[in-house]
Amino acid sequence: MDMSAYPLELPEGDRPMVRFMNVTKSYGKLVVLDQLNLDISEGEMVSVIGPSGSGKTTVLRMLMTLETINGGVIYVDGKPLTHMPKNGTLVPADEKYLRRMRASIGMCFQHFNLFPHMTALQNCMEGPVQVLGLSKAEARARSEELLTMVGMIDKKDQHPSRLSGGQQQRVAIARALAMRPKVMLFDEVTSALDPEVIGEVTNVIRKLVTEHNLTMLMVTHQMGFARDISDRVCFFFGGKIEEQGPPDELFGNPQRDRTKQFLSAVKDAD
Amino acid sequence: MSFNWRWDFTWDILPRLLAATLNTLIAAGAGYAIALVLGLILALAQRTGWRGLTVAVREFVEFIRSTPLVLQIFFVFYVGPQFGIRLSPWTSGMIAIGLHYSAYLSEVYRAGIEAVPKGQWEACRAINMSTRDTYLRIIIPQALPPSIAGMGNYLVGIFKDTPMLSVIGVAELMHTANAIGSESYRFLEPYTLVGVIFLAISLPTAGLIRLFEGWVRRKLGL
Repeated sequence: MDMSAYPLELPEGDRPMVRFMNVTKSYGKLVVLDQLNLDISEGEMVSVIGPSGSGKTTVLRMLMTLETINGGVIYVDGKPLTHMPKNGTLVPADEKYLRRMRASIGMCFQHFNLFPHMTALQNCMEGPVQVLGLSKAEARARSEELLTMVGMIDKKDQHPSRLSGGQQQRVAIARALAMRPKVMLFDEVTSALDPEVIGEVTNVIRKLVTEHNLTMLMVTHQMGFARDISDRVCFFFGGKIEEQGPPDELFGNPQRDRTKQFLSAVKDAD
Repeated sequence: MSFNWRWDFTWDILPRLLAATLNTLIAAGAGYAIALVLGLILALAQRTGWRGLTVAVREFVEFIRSTPLVLQIFFVFYVGPQFGIRLSPWTSGMIAIGLHYSAYLSEVYRAGIEAVPKGQWEACRAINMSTRDTYLRIIIPQALPPSIAGMGNYLVGIFKDTPMLSVIGVAELMHTANAIGSESYRFLEPYTLVGVIFLAISLPTAGLIRLFEGWVRRKLGL
């Protein structure tokens, strides 16, 4: 692959928080993402919607380095994510470089993925202590503050098995935030929840949007929520962004046929 | 044939057999310690992602599991010296039995590690954990409880296999019982006692392992 088209670092003045540049992902012959180009500015909340298999979750997983990419470059805060500069060109990053870059990204999962052998508080302290090297006292203070923010401080000594899905997801958000990421990724965080507890998780995310200047990328099936809180909505179809725009425009006046079809199908399902 | 159990003889030989039991326990314990550590190394080596190493370790494990323990014991003890590796019966025995059981234990570990959901690995990466911390703090603690039953079975297994060490002259229980038999021409009492001693140790051990498993689960809050 010719890497000369990709700068070693994005120039000052043209540095979105995240930039996907011609990013391609395929499994064998199946192309999941086809030459994706997408910029996300600092502090922006972008929602990703689309039918399953459209590649929307893959976008998040690539940013978290859970998936490798087959082509193109992802830049985070101006620096390449899975490549590193070497002898004037970009080469695949080594583990040391990846760990430095990964520090600016946090992620919450559909199935929470809390550590079952640790309490809510221990889940939140694990990263700050083991990865960031904070003292136990500092990590505890930071974690308790975040657990208070997500309304879980009274359950801090419970193991995940004793918590409901909504409670687990709120702890998972606190755990991710405890690492102080610049970019937060939410991968269908309400899809595995009972309807009556979805609100407690969306309220936390809403709070993050209004009170923190965090850059966020969210894959969701909750159109109402996406419309409510996003700065921009991207509709993915067949591994490409079919249409994107401010939520009121995309939901209120979609331009492309596929977008219209998808939105009306989703509306019918509701 | 008449059944003719002699209690006086039984009491005479009991101290000797109990002393040999200590040797059996040491042999089983040392062999198991080797197997525990080496088994973990074999299990982790198969997960490094280096194709050559994975295949080599896999073949080694298959080879060990498909050949008799007694052959492996003979091999270490009698063939070793041809390559300049001269080991005492005790050392050879420990190595052979430890090596043998490490192959089985590596499979137990492997199954335990594979049973940990993929989401746990991804959560570790999302908080940017090192591979070492991921294993030590997240994966192994969760892989352990479901592995304990299997690990316990092999602890009892290794204990019951120690009599094979008598073939190279390790003075464990079986070896001692044989010696008593050939000195006195009485086999009923020594062999029966050996059986009783094995039973008296194996049965409670299996029970203790179940208790230990429950304790570990509670300790980890699982």
